[in-house]
Amino acid sequence: MDHRWRTSRHGVGWVLLLGLLAPLLLFLGSAPASAGEVPADTECTRSETTACLQARLPTGVEVPGIAITVTTPSGEEVTQVTDEAGITVFAVTEEGQYSVLLDTESFPEGVELRPDAATEITPTLAPGGQSFVTFNVRADDYTGAISWWDSLAQSAASGLRLGLLLALAAVGLSLIYGTTGLSSFSHAEQVTLGGMVAFMMVNWWGIPFLLAAVLTVAFCAFTGYFQDRVMWQPLRRRGLGLIQMLIVTIGLSLAMQYAFQVLVGAGNVRVISASPQTASFGPVTLTYQSFWAMGISVVVLSVVGFALLRTRLGRATRAVSDNPALAAASGIDVDRVIRLVWIIATGLAGLSGIMLALVLNGVKWDSGMQILLLLFAAVTLGGLGTAFGALVGAIVIGLVVELTPIFGLPGDLKYATALLILILLLMVRPQGILGKAERVG
Amino acid sequence: MPEKTSASAATPDTTANPYADPAARKELVRGIEARPGSSKPDPILEVDNIVRNFGGITAVDVDHLEVQRNIITALIGPNGAGKTTFFNLITGFDKPTSAQTLTHRPEAPAHWSFDGKALDNTSASAVSRAGMVRTFQLTKALNRMTVMDNMMLGARGQTGENLLTSWLKPTWRAQEREIEGKAHELLQRFTLYEKRHDYAGSLSGGQRKLLEMARALMTDPQMIMLDEPMAGVNPALTQSLLGHIQGLRDEGVTVLFVEHDMHMVRHISDWVVVMAEGRIVAEGEADVVMADKAVIDAYLGAHHDTDLGDDSLLTDETMANLQDEAAAEEKHRD
Amino acid sequence: MSQDTTAYSADAVEPDTPAPGDERPENRIDRRKTVVLTVLGIAIVAVMWYVATSTDGPMARVFSGVLREAISPQTAAVAIAVVGLNIHFGFTGLLNIGQAGFMLLGAYGFAIALNEGAGLPLAVLVGLGASVAFALLLGVPTLKLRGDYLAIVTISAAEIVRYTGRLSQLTEYTGGSQGLPGSRYRGEFTDLSFFGDGRTTIGPWSYQNTGVDGWWARAVSWAVVLLVVIVVALLVRSPWGRLLRGIREDEDAIRSLGKNVYAVKMQALIIGGGLGALGGMLYVLPSSVQADQMGRQLTFFIWTALLLGGAATIFGPVLGAIIFFSVRILIRGVTNAYVPDSILNTQQTEQFSWVVVGVILMLLVIFRPQGILGNKRELQFNA
Repeated sequence: MDHRWRTSRHGVGWVLLLGLLAPLLLFLGSAPASAGEVPADTECTRSETTACLQARLPTGVEVPGIAITVTTPSGEEVTQVTDEAGITVFAVTEEGQYSVLLDTESFPEGVELRPDAATEITPTLAPGGQSFVTFNVRADDYTGAISWWDSLAQSAASGLRLGLLLALAAVGLSLIYGTTGLSSFSHAEQVTLGGMVAFMMVNWWGIPFLLAAVLTVAFCAFTGYFQDRVMWQPLRRRGLGLIQMLIVTIGLSLAMQYAFQVLVGAGNVRVISASPQTASFGPVTLTYQSFWAMGISVVVLSVVGFALLRTRLGRATRAVSDNPALAAASGIDVDRVIRLVWIIATGLAGLSGIMLALVLNGVKWDSGMQILLLLFAAVTLGGLGTAFGALVGAIVIGLVVELTPIFGLPGDLKYATALLILILLLMVRPQGILGKAERVG
Repeated sequence: MPEKTSASAATPDTTANPYADPAARKELVRGIEARPGSSKPDPILEVDNIVRNFGGITAVDVDHLEVQRNIITALIGPNGAGKTTFFNLITGFDKPTSAQTLTHRPEAPAHWSFDGKALDNTSASAVSRAGMVRTFQLTKALNRMTVMDNMMLGARGQTGENLLTSWLKPTWRAQEREIEGKAHELLQRFTLYEKRHDYAGSLSGGQRKLLEMARALMTDPQMIMLDEPMAGVNPALTQSLLGHIQGLRDEGVTVLFVEHDMHMVRHISDWVVVMAEGRIVAEGEADVVMADKAVIDAYLGAHHDTDLGDDSLLTDETMANLQDEAAAEEKHRD
Repeated sequence: MSQDTTAYSADAVEPDTPAPGDERPENRIDRRKTVVLTVLGIAIVAVMWYVATSTDGPMARVFSGVLREAISPQTAAVAIAVVGLNIHFGFTGLLNIGQAGFMLLGAYGFAIALNEGAGLPLAVLVGLGASVAFALLLGVPTLKLRGDYLAIVTISAAEIVRYTGRLSQLTEYTGGSQGLPGSRYRGEFTDLSFFGDGRTTIGPWSYQNTGVDGWWARAVSWAVVLLVVIVVALLVRSPWGRLLRGIREDEDAIRSLGKNVYAVKMQALIIGGGLGALGGMLYVLPSSVQADQMGRQLTFFIWTALLLGGAATIFGPVLGAIIFFSVRILIRGVTNAYVPDSILNTQQTEQFSWVVVGVILMLLVIFRPQGILGNKRELQFNA
């Protein structure tokens, strides 16, 4: 019995690994086609002589046709208009301080500058560098171009995208919680790690993106193996309390965040510096990368879900989640299951990190920390420790976050809405949407 | 009969209980009908319609139960009969499914009362304050606190536990002394006095059971509910525990205790309630219940080798021998 | 057979007469440890003092930097927040991972009230009131649930306070991402100073008597630390404090004894959070209210300082805060002085010192959970 289980475990491990990697290989085949379609005026590739200056409107205000003028340090003026995503990119060659001026005359009906916002921003740039300039424009009544329903559809699509990418990380977090009882605060940094490693591989070592992505996922999965090998398993054996382990993850999270800063710096870095190409379906406009990311996420999540439900190893994982002692007594090697859960969870987090870095315009040392709340909210919403609950929770949270601005709340508070929902949910149904009722109070 | 108890510190008046006299108890239980859910002359606890489902499985389904005041009632049944769940439900540590009257059997909502006070939808701490105090199957001694601190936490109505007065020592110093005195007396009675400065985590399993019982007594309960007080305790200490339980009864405390081993029960309980598969299947005096076919079925279903009749272990002679041995060993140690 | 076998013939072994308040054996060990630690501490300070004042070289600068950091008003402010977290985690077992949020809220309440023309006492009350409201908001839904929920909600809520403070729509009150300059609200506090003008130098410490960040701010901050330590010592040594420790050990046991666990946990959350807010007010007095200065990192520093000094002790949090900030300056100073810029530049040294902090936090929890002052037996996590 035990032996049979062991032999099939390897098989399942490979299936899972392939499941994780296969979509990326698909991505590999199709990427060059979309790259060739990038229009010349939005393309900027950084080189030793060229710097990229991206001027844009805030997320949620994707208004095309707004004129933006850049004055170079030597006084040369270039004017471009924003594209469908509310973005325009200038390729510049001089070093020094630039002036980026927003032409408020070019605003269509319903678009206006926020009261405190500047119309001129003066970034400093050098060849090889890049700068992102955001004009604080609002379009509360921007009905001329986009109807409320259209923007609802657009936001819902963005929300679904965010939800699916969060789900990759949340399912892992939930599996770790389910099998070990640990709320891992460093899981968010595992997400950042995915983006960071992909950035380093592509931009420092010149590895082609798709190979880099595969290697990154493998590396992240290895960090999970390594952590469990040298830290979590010995700590479990020593009987360190869960609260103490939780504090250890906080320490790890802090160390990782600053290690990213030491290595990459405190700024935002982009894995792929070219401006992404967009595609539209009805009112919804997203980058090709976003569609790919969502597709990959769906496939990977399906594979994980299938593995959990149908494979011997998946059942073993769920058995350990239900009752580790009983699972151990029935011949399941609990330590091996947990080791594998760490590998898969960190691998998924890494994949999520790469794709988030692509669709959200880069990665920063604290990118993971920004979504930690969302991850925990997703996992809690779905019911702590239930992997499928985490998936449902992540999608709900993704939608809530992206739909918040549509309903008139300041965009900066979209994370607060997620917290509010979490708090309300804890008051009525603390076990989450799909969680089993357990003793409370 | 080993009715003698040590210094009965908490409630010195041993005449408080009219049923301290074995003959009176015999008389009392003879008058009670031996069937599940029978009514008692003076019930301290009355329970109706307690149902608890766990994901489709009914762990507890008790229609009616009364617990007689001032005697020792044992709640027995094979493993998995729902005894501990039932305990958790009536002490407020779990909520009956049948308390959700909107979704579950609205015609028969859960209702239970202690000493005339309804306990439906009451929190665990309120149940305890009503006078019904429990212990746990897995002992909940506060391991990283001393034995004395454990005891002191049991006392009720402490001025020093009120945040507003806690930092003013003069407001609670005298009361603290009083409580310390009471704790010392109880610790002596439960032979833990020497250990009073030790961390509770350093005690043996049996000592922790004793500590938990002593701590519960610090609350001056009307009824004490012991969840498997004998589990994992060595045989000699078991005798001591049984003696303490009888001593409590004689001082007027009502005792309800859970046990799955009938041998233990037989010797000290005045009344036995049998649970199987979440239901109460029999009630009666120990001898009557053990001859009951439903009970034997319930037990044989779970343990094929359970010999319900054999309690040679607990004859008076054996117990006397054990005591002598213990005393001898103690003397030898000194 | 064990000693338990005395059965119910307990009266045969007459125990000694009860002696309330008799000394526990471990108290003696604690006292010896206190003496050793005090002597060691004084020796370390003396050596640093000597090097800083009487020698000339890179270490003199590093040590005088360390000694200055040790008594800075911000160290005192954080120490108070650590004392607050100690009530949460050390005594009650509450996982508050948003202590910086309490600090920030306290600072905002305090500074905004002063800017709006409230007097100093009212402003302090506003800051404390904000933290009480925050504690209630976070505690009501979570304190009946597993500890993790409080952790998740506090860490998130603290971040949201920070985002909200930075909102451009609130610039009028909070100063948005620019923050509120201290000069706008500090006036009334410095006016209270009776230290007069001029400058006083004691060894490596040379500050203006009153000034923006002078002896006055230091004296007040450390006086508040002392006051807080005394009050907290009174609280946790009372039966109320015993109740907190009981809840930390096993909530259900305390519930079974008829105590209102939820209310006591709420009281602990409010008091600890209030101390956080008080720390936040002192933190911003010599500087400014900057939302980003009181983010997650500060929470993590507070945790590290608590575990370093020793959770569930009286002086541990204060000692932990002093050592934490001093050691960080030491690490940074030594790395700056001896590691060439080509390997780590100044900014990277700063970041590197925080990496070390994270690693120290992990190692502390794993290898010395009781910290410097903690009682190993009490805080052995799995006794």
